[in-house]
Amino acid sequence: MIQEKIREKAKELLEKKVVDVIIGFGEGTLPLRATPLFVRSPDEADCLIWNSFCENNLSTYLHKLTQFKVGLVVKGCDSRSIIALSLEKRFKPDQLFLIGVPCQRMVDRRRVKKAVKGEILRAHEQGDQIIVEGEDFKTSLKKDDFLYPSCQLCIHRNPAQANILVGDPVEESPLLEIDPEVKDFESKSVEERWTFFEKESSRCIRCYACREACPMCYCAECFVDSSHPKWVEKGLSPSDLEFYHIVRAYHQTGRCSGCGACERACPMEIRLTYLTRKLNLDVKELYDFEAGCDGELPPPLSTFKTEDKQEFIK
Amino acid sequence: MKLKLDKKDFQPFLQNLMDEYDLFAPIRLADGVFAYKKIDQPEEVDLSASNTQKPAKEVFFPQSETMFRYERAGKEARITSTEGVERKRVILGARPCDIQAVCLIDQVFSGKEYTDVYYANKRDATTVIGMACNHPLSTCFCTSMKGGPFAREGSDLFLIDLGEAYLVELLTEKGTAFSQNEFLKKAGPNDLNLAKEIEEKASKKTDASMPVEGIDKKLDQMVENPFWEKVQEKCLGCRVCTYLCPTCHCFDIVDEALTNKGQRVRNWDSCLSTLYSLETSGHNPRPTNRERSRQRIMHKFNYFPKNFDQIACVGCGRCILYCPAGFDIRQTIKEIQKG
Repeated sequence: MIQEKIREKAKELLEKKVVDVIIGFGEGTLPLRATPLFVRSPDEADCLIWNSFCENNLSTYLHKLTQFKVGLVVKGCDSRSIIALSLEKRFKPDQLFLIGVPCQRMVDRRRVKKAVKGEILRAHEQGDQIIVEGEDFKTSLKKDDFLYPSCQLCIHRNPAQANILVGDPVEESPLLEIDPEVKDFESKSVEERWTFFEKESSRCIRCYACREACPMCYCAECFVDSSHPKWVEKGLSPSDLEFYHIVRAYHQTGRCSGCGACERACPMEIRLTYLTRKLNLDVKELYDFEAGCDGELPPPLSTFKTEDKQEFIK
Repeated sequence: MKLKLDKKDFQPFLQNLMDEYDLFAPIRLADGVFAYKKIDQPEEVDLSASNTQKPAKEVFFPQSETMFRYERAGKEARITSTEGVERKRVILGARPCDIQAVCLIDQVFSGKEYTDVYYANKRDATTVIGMACNHPLSTCFCTSMKGGPFAREGSDLFLIDLGEAYLVELLTEKGTAFSQNEFLKKAGPNDLNLAKEIEEKASKKTDASMPVEGIDKKLDQMVENPFWEKVQEKCLGCRVCTYLCPTCHCFDIVDEALTNKGQRVRNWDSCLSTLYSLETSGHNPRPTNRERSRQRIMHKFNYFPKNFDQIACVGCGRCILYCPAGFDIRQTIKEIQKG
């Protein structure tokens, strides 16, 4: 069982002092949630868990642990973030020990909540079902219908890089062949696209949860925080909100693993990943590149080749 | 005085309110996402959520508020004030926890020492129509924090959802101004009994066991405790918990200036942001997440009680529900009390 193997490996790594800390998942206090857990001693390793509620991309924590040797539990997408970050020279080569988990795709807690009437008090997995219980109901839901959009589309569930793999590799096939959200967005007129984007970003409260949850957002000073020069105001005017969201998405071009952490973190449920997924598709089409799949190949927007496509320059 | 508002009369009642007042109430921004906004059409009002994401404090203390505008023409400078409130206001549908929170921050913005005109003017002009929580969530612990799902303190009128109608209690002078309202009818004994039943049931549901007694004293001894290292560990350093908190009230004042004109604006700020305590010299007295997370807890459970004799947490549960990393303040409270 994956959970047991994670615990065993964590215990061993801490006992042998291969790492200073293991970052994995522990039981959350809310149903349908696991929570990031930092384990520093071997006897705490039994608090580590694994299930379909382990939604966070833990690699975002590495930026504040640069002085430590870290053992990290990674899914496919998380491992791709690590590769992308390594290419940007964020880590020393032997600073990390990756415990790779072939991912079973993660459950979208909001989808589940919206599907039932009443508050969910308990939830657990049983095979391909999620059982949710409230005060006066108990329902069984088919897991595949309640996954995060990024997980339904995922074709990189096996970690691209790991020091050890716990669990058998899974077959790499998407649950959805075509991205319904991106397809829908592409089919809209320019005006309709803008209206959609405008409506989504209008809910932004500038909490920057999307930025903080994203492993690729690590600038020492984010452009929105700069006061000299001041690129953007700090209020809620539509132009400031839209500017933030456009730049946030564009800055991910060729770097985003599509983990969806930004969208999951947003308390106002702003749709964010349709933009990054569209950018990922463009990068794939233009440069045949997917972020974090190859540890040697730098992202296309960080390099220049004379034979780069440039038809888009008009 | 206890009256009754039939739900079929709800929209006309709102229209009637809007003839006299600017109405602020929860609206649905997206599926499952709610916030208080100024209402243009009665049908926008949506009371179906157990609570909004953004709390009711926003009506009195907006996230971004212009303090004045200025313009220069030749040698003349013209300043336009934005502090006045032209029309009477009503906030409708605010839950007891959010109203309790507004009463708490009253002490900061219109307390003994200072009066913040922007806040106080709005507060004075506003009639508060609170609404009982028939279905508190498992994350609610208002009853531990001197509140409750049916706490009426701070409300001028108080609504209790009876299914087909609302029981309307008129509690203050601002409330009794509604005694002659054409849509409010006399409540019968059945309505009162039903309301009582709902209240008893709901009040049992919230967690009254949160050990907050004496927490400020405990925290006095904990400033340099290694505990804060543990508290900050999984915190991402975003601002969700502070912006969605009904009692957090920090702000930052900036000038949005063009060459000849501009405005002074105050925006919500958050102690969890790196920028919050960054000084002009480049020095930051709260350089890491440890100091910043500590500040959040200290302000609520130590500094605020020292200044105002009350804890600045009302147990609404928003910080628990919306934290992207699953941080749970209930655990932190318990761990502090364990020592």
